[in-house]
Amino acid sequence: MSTLLLSLKIEFSGGLELLFSNQRSHRVQIPSIVPIDNSTSPSAAVPASDISMDLPTSPQSTDTGKTKAADITYLMYYLRDHLLKERVELFMEGGTVRPGILVLINDTDWELEGEGEYILKDRDEVVFISTLHGG
Amino acid sequence: MPPRNCALCANARAMLKRPKTGQQICRGCFFYVFETEVHNTITEAKLFKPGDKVAIGASGGKDSTVLAHVMKTLNERYQYGLDLFLLSIDEGITGYRDDSLETVKRNQQQYDIPLKILSYDELYGWTMDAIVSQVGKKNNCTFCGVFRRQALDRGAATLGVDHIVTGHNADDIAETVLMNIMRGDIARLGRCTLICTQGEDTIKRSKPFKYAYEKEIVMYAYFKKLDYFSTECIYSPDAYRGHARVFLKDLEAARPSAIIDIIHSGEAFEVREEVKATQKVQQTCQRCGYMSSNELCKACTLLEGLERGMANSAITDRARKKLDAEGPAPDNLRTIPFYRAPSAAGPNASIAVEAPS
Ligand SMILES: [Zn+2]
Ligand SMILES: [Zn+2]
Repeated sequence: MSTLLLSLKIEFSGGLELLFSNQRSHRVQIPSIVPIDNSTSPSAAVPASDISMDLPTSPQSTDTGKTKAADITYLMYYLRDHLLKERVELFMEGGTVRPGILVLINDTDWELEGEGEYILKDRDEVVFISTLHGG
Repeated sequence: MPPRNCALCANARAMLKRPKTGQQICRGCFFYVFETEVHNTITEAKLFKPGDKVAIGASGGKDSTVLAHVMKTLNERYQYGLDLFLLSIDEGITGYRDDSLETVKRNQQQYDIPLKILSYDELYGWTMDAIVSQVGKKNNCTFCGVFRRQALDRGAATLGVDHIVTGHNADDIAETVLMNIMRGDIARLGRCTLICTQGEDTIKRSKPFKYAYEKEIVMYAYFKKLDYFSTECIYSPDAYRGHARVFLKDLEAARPSAIIDIIHSGEAFEVREEVKATQKVQQTCQRCGYMSSNELCKACTLLEGLERGMANSAITDRARKKLDAEGPAPDNLRTIPFYRAPSAAGPNASIAVEAPS
């Protein structure tokens, strides 16, 4: 299987940008095929067994070498590992976004798109909005 | 997944799932149902009558920004005949309120609604920055809460309005219900779900977003590209509210109707008369004229503590006794300006403004 790079536009708002260098808009490139355990090494070519990153414990962690098409769940881990600057617990909880964070994929509520299982396409735009800040 | 069509118009592509109903609807239908539900909330509770002067409590945050937009839209669409104002309180918090007030000033232009900003400094002679430098970060939310509530009423009095609407949404109200249950505050439990409250001689306060989910408010702001400010108050770690909020969001994730269910259960509490009787009778503050359940209103009590360097005197009984033991209040204590009960002054009467001493 050949691995392409997907270019994605990511936006954080509603106060969430404060966790990401206070920058609302980001462009990231992620591989189209990723480890099934969502481990996010800088180079996707590194075999999963060589990854020494601190991974959350999940049953899939033992499935070394298995892959899947890059989905929103993988993207969240990628953002957490590569862009998040502080307070990881305010972004992710239990393998998904913290309750109270809305996700839009190409301006559509992710609840209509399969949530974390949505398979990313090149040039997708993903927006994360916190509803927990201010009134 | 293939795109689905809107459950309401069957024409356009669905773009959001409503938390209340699970319905999948398009952007246009979402705007329409969201606005119509707020309109229904307003008309069923008979909140307004033509000619009312209504101030929108505007913080620059998402809820009040969406409220200003929706109030303007509905006032025009259904000819409510309301005179709308934006009323903002400047607590004097550098790096927080000064930025959010810039948002409110832009809203004033965007919505073409007159804006009144009233500051803690001009009312109380103290900014929150100054208060925190004296009392520290522990009890500062007590000061801010009391001062903001009174400031809104005083601002409304200077504008001659009889009604303040605030952006409290269904999530906020459900959270308050939970907190009152946790605290065992039965008297507040029924009251906190009321859509409109009015003390004996005070201005009405209403929550037109009582049944509007936070998710939909944020989605509305996002789809309409409304300009709002979203930074946490730098002095408000407010852990208790934080925990109730997280708990509520977890409940909502498991069952989206939980928020409305909690509001309904709060509404279903009927407070029996003997419980009500233990609440104190209302009188007016001897120093400033604001309604109060004691000789001095809460703001005057807090202010006296601040001025006399005993800031906690209004927070604990022991500190209050210590303050009283220090002797009577000095004569030169500040009288908080800009308040006269609307019933006494009439809606259009000029407001007596006393020069700060
Ligand atoms: Zn539709
Ligand atoms: Zn007073």
